[in-house]
Amino acid sequence: MQLTGAEIVIRCLQEEKVEHVFGYPGGSVLFIYDELFKQDQVKHILVRHEQAAVHAADAYSRSSQKIGVCLVTSGPGVTNAVTGIATAYMDSIPLVVLTGQVPTAYIGQDAFQEADTVGITRPCVKHNFLVKDVKDLAATIKKAFYLAKTGRPGPVLVDIPKDITNHKCEFVYPKTVVMRSYNPVVKGHAGQIKKAVQLLLDAKRPMLYTGGGVILSDAAEKLTKLTRMLGYPITQTLMGLGAYPGTDRQFLGMPGMHGTYEANMAMQHCDVLLAIGARFDDRVIGSPAHFSQVPRKIIHIDIDPSSISKRVKVDVPIVGNVPEVLDELIKQLEAAEAKPDAKYLAAWWKEIDGWRDRNCLKYKQGKDLIMPQYVIEKLYEVTGGDAFVCSDVGQHQMFAAQFYKFDKPRRWINSGGLGTMGFGLPAAMGVRFAHPKATVACVTGEGSIQMCIQEMSTCKQFRLPIKVICLNNGYLGMVRQWQEMFHGNRYSESYFDSLPDFVKLAEAYGHVGMRIEKPADVEGALKEAFIQHKNEFVFMDFATDPKANVFPMIAAGKGLSEMILAEDL
Amino acid sequence: MRHIISILIENEAGALSRVSGLFSARGFNIESLTVAPTEDASLSRMTVVSVGSDDVIEQITKQLNKLIDIVKVVDLSESAHIERELMLVKVRATGKDREEMKRVADIFRGRIIDVTESTYVVELTGNGSKLDAFLGAIDATLILETVRTGVCGIGRGDRILKV
Repeated sequence: MQLTGAEIVIRCLQEEKVEHVFGYPGGSVLFIYDELFKQDQVKHILVRHEQAAVHAADAYSRSSQKIGVCLVTSGPGVTNAVTGIATAYMDSIPLVVLTGQVPTAYIGQDAFQEADTVGITRPCVKHNFLVKDVKDLAATIKKAFYLAKTGRPGPVLVDIPKDITNHKCEFVYPKTVVMRSYNPVVKGHAGQIKKAVQLLLDAKRPMLYTGGGVILSDAAEKLTKLTRMLGYPITQTLMGLGAYPGTDRQFLGMPGMHGTYEANMAMQHCDVLLAIGARFDDRVIGSPAHFSQVPRKIIHIDIDPSSISKRVKVDVPIVGNVPEVLDELIKQLEAAEAKPDAKYLAAWWKEIDGWRDRNCLKYKQGKDLIMPQYVIEKLYEVTGGDAFVCSDVGQHQMFAAQFYKFDKPRRWINSGGLGTMGFGLPAAMGVRFAHPKATVACVTGEGSIQMCIQEMSTCKQFRLPIKVICLNNGYLGMVRQWQEMFHGNRYSESYFDSLPDFVKLAEAYGHVGMRIEKPADVEGALKEAFIQHKNEFVFMDFATDPKANVFPMIAAGKGLSEMILAEDL
Repeated sequence: MRHIISILIENEAGALSRVSGLFSARGFNIESLTVAPTEDASLSRMTVVSVGSDDVIEQITKQLNKLIDIVKVVDLSESAHIERELMLVKVRATGKDREEMKRVADIFRGRIIDVTESTYVVELTGNGSKLDAFLGAIDATLILETVRTGVCGIGRGDRILKV
């Protein structure tokens, strides 16, 4: 049967079993929106800004295993979406972004709402396409879904000129995709895995270091099995939190710039490091030169060869999909006659426990000012540690990562790589669509929340009972912290002289607003929000200590063992 | 070290900018870049000359391989190979310089492919240093214009870059 391009787009989404599309209409996508209107299999979530559409689709994907889909118009629709696309790209989140484009004959003519979408997005997508013939449309969308999810995942964009959505052709949805230029490796090299097993068993001070790759590839169970089997300490990056239970003794906390003392010291002083789906990011290992001063053997499992030996030279590279490699690793470990040396391991744990005794996250909650850490601890208690926690970017993000113990993967949703302020609220919306009954909290600050605050309107339209935990210290806290520590207390443009009354603002959008100013009220307020107002959107504006800083801290360019602790100041 | 990286890439719109964009975005250096379709019209062959440490070149080849449109990447410099570059030089050729220019072109096995009363266009192929040597051998004030294609290369013997 002959279908129009717009009908084909919708049919493709149906074939891919897409349930939700986050988007915003406009001139170039009118035919597509017309077809959306005529069916009810694919539900469209109308946001208030294209950036939010992409963040929501992104978090929809992060919190489930599905591919997030968004649909925006040409020109400003696309440029608004770019921040979202770049956010997903940096964290390797599988998305399919459908964008309208001006009609083919207008391309290059500086037409109304024209932008070089493929050019603008090229550096922040896994791949992108411009469809120039309706006959290529179905196959291109099929490829987009395939590329987004396989190999190292990422956003894939399909730019569709308006005339293409009105042209007709026979609709055939390809069953498979064959691309001679794209064949990601799945299974790890058995010989390399054998070398890894040998190193792991011979280690005296072994350490596991895992990242977002474990979560993206759904390898949490296998990682947990491996870690328990070995009995080795494990640290998980900001992107990896929840793959291995955060409440378990073997977990040392997060590493890096605001990681725990024990995690960073163990990373620095281990003799064998097993890195899984992590990329030795600058916020994780600090200075590569300082990191390399200590001789240690590094095994690195990653699906992306270019992540291996990029910042740190690796001894045993294993390219492959994490679950497949872990299966083989576990199999070989079980078959091995040698076992980890209990004597060395006990000594290593003793050393680690010594570091742990520094209790690097301790803080004092007085009677007057609410400490941000305290709010997160209470949030953890009130939600039973089982909420989906979305966060924005800044101090509150670090406090949430440090103090909310994630026992399950895909529960901690944050922009790690790009560090996008404004991510939190739209992300919480996306999570709620993926998990319609889940408890969803958005931990944010008064700076970040204002970058996508318009989405409170979307939350009203779709009755999303998100709980916003705004740690309001009046400052761009992380900026203020750096200015305090490295710029002689010159708080250049990091203080907000004027802020809205968030309670009234929430109410204006039709939600519940709460202002909490005393430590004694924190727990009660959280209970009220999460229990009494369970089915409502609640904006909780916590007045927190404006001087609170995130510790431990490694200054930019410093090494893992050069942490600044709260007690040092 | 200088490396010659040969790439087979799907002959699609924007393929070149994906490669050049990658180099600039990641701060890799490009000395020259040439591209043209192959005998199979669906594929283009690209030759990139870059200078970098082994680690950098390793990253370059890995990052290139990651581009979806790229079918194959080979570092020609890893073993025996041939490299050639084409140069066209327009020179002033009058008076005694006219004869001298012809002689130097012959020595370098160049060919004069355009002649006017006052100018020659010399066509010269070879590796980069030969072309440099030619430019060094003639009087610099006589050079009106030069254009070089950048290096293309191919492996010797049984080394074949094909799908």
